[in-house]
Amino acid sequence: MRFAVIQFGGSNCDRDVQYVLSDVCGVDVDLVWYKERLLRPYDAVVLPGGFSYGDYLRAGAIAARTPIMDDVTRHAAGGALVLGICNGAQILAETGLVPGVFTINAYPKFICRWVHVRVENAASPFTSEFQKGDVIRIPIAHAEGRYVATADAVGSLNTGDRIAFRFCDNKGSITDEANPNGAAENITGVLSKTGNVLAMMPHPERASEAVLGSTDGKKIFDSMIHHIEQKA
Amino acid sequence: MKFDVTITISLKEGMLDPEASAIKNAITNLGYPTESLRTARLFRIRLDANDREAAKAMAQKMCERLLANPVIHRYEIEVAG
Repeated sequence: MRFAVIQFGGSNCDRDVQYVLSDVCGVDVDLVWYKERLLRPYDAVVLPGGFSYGDYLRAGAIAARTPIMDDVTRHAAGGALVLGICNGAQILAETGLVPGVFTINAYPKFICRWVHVRVENAASPFTSEFQKGDVIRIPIAHAEGRYVATADAVGSLNTGDRIAFRFCDNKGSITDEANPNGAAENITGVLSKTGNVLAMMPHPERASEAVLGSTDGKKIFDSMIHHIEQKA
Repeated sequence: MKFDVTITISLKEGMLDPEASAIKNAITNLGYPTESLRTARLFRIRLDANDREAAKAMAQKMCERLLANPVIHRYEIEVAG
């Protein structure tokens, strides 16, 4: 089993994700500079958080048009798992691997804090270690994380069970007060139609060790590993 | 031929524009009663094309492929030269 973590200029969570995958979860990981392309097949590709291209134009817009994203799209089409975290989520939305866009927060400032999210789909390759309805604690850190999509797109996410996570309060209620960035229907984790691509704004790698205050995020990586093991 | 293309990209009607709200508040605080304020982003591009239509078509492709995000944006293209 081998994971790739893609580094763009301005990625800054790449080594955190690599560390959690290799040292905490115990899987093989390659850090791949975007110009090197994906030269071998990977079981999973992670697009980490950061500020690729300085968030110029729109967060994720320029990284989404780099040639390595053709490799990522090919991996996704071939059934590999693709996880986009924060800036990675913005890149996946800009690439069109998930619908919608993550744009400027309703209150337009950078938010960096712990939030609660509710697991809406516990059957995906990224969430199978959870129970549906679980309330997990995980950090967010973004200025452009407000999920926006057409009413039709949000409708088909709902009917297709493609919403992985929604912002909630500590009891699991989906309220406006618990929605830090004004995201449509509190959505902050979106699955592709095929279910093997997840774009999420919260940072699971920052919640993968007890010393960091939560291990809820690790379950996302564990779910992916479990899924890959079962496929093999 | 060289053409000067101006592309204006703005949020679609009804889209929340947090930046515009903040600026509108600041302008109002300066004493200018402001009914509404929208922001837009303007790109000035000089490009080579066979004719004006081709220049416009090229600018349209630029918008579709990179400059605008169709989920939230609308755009206008003007060609001079």
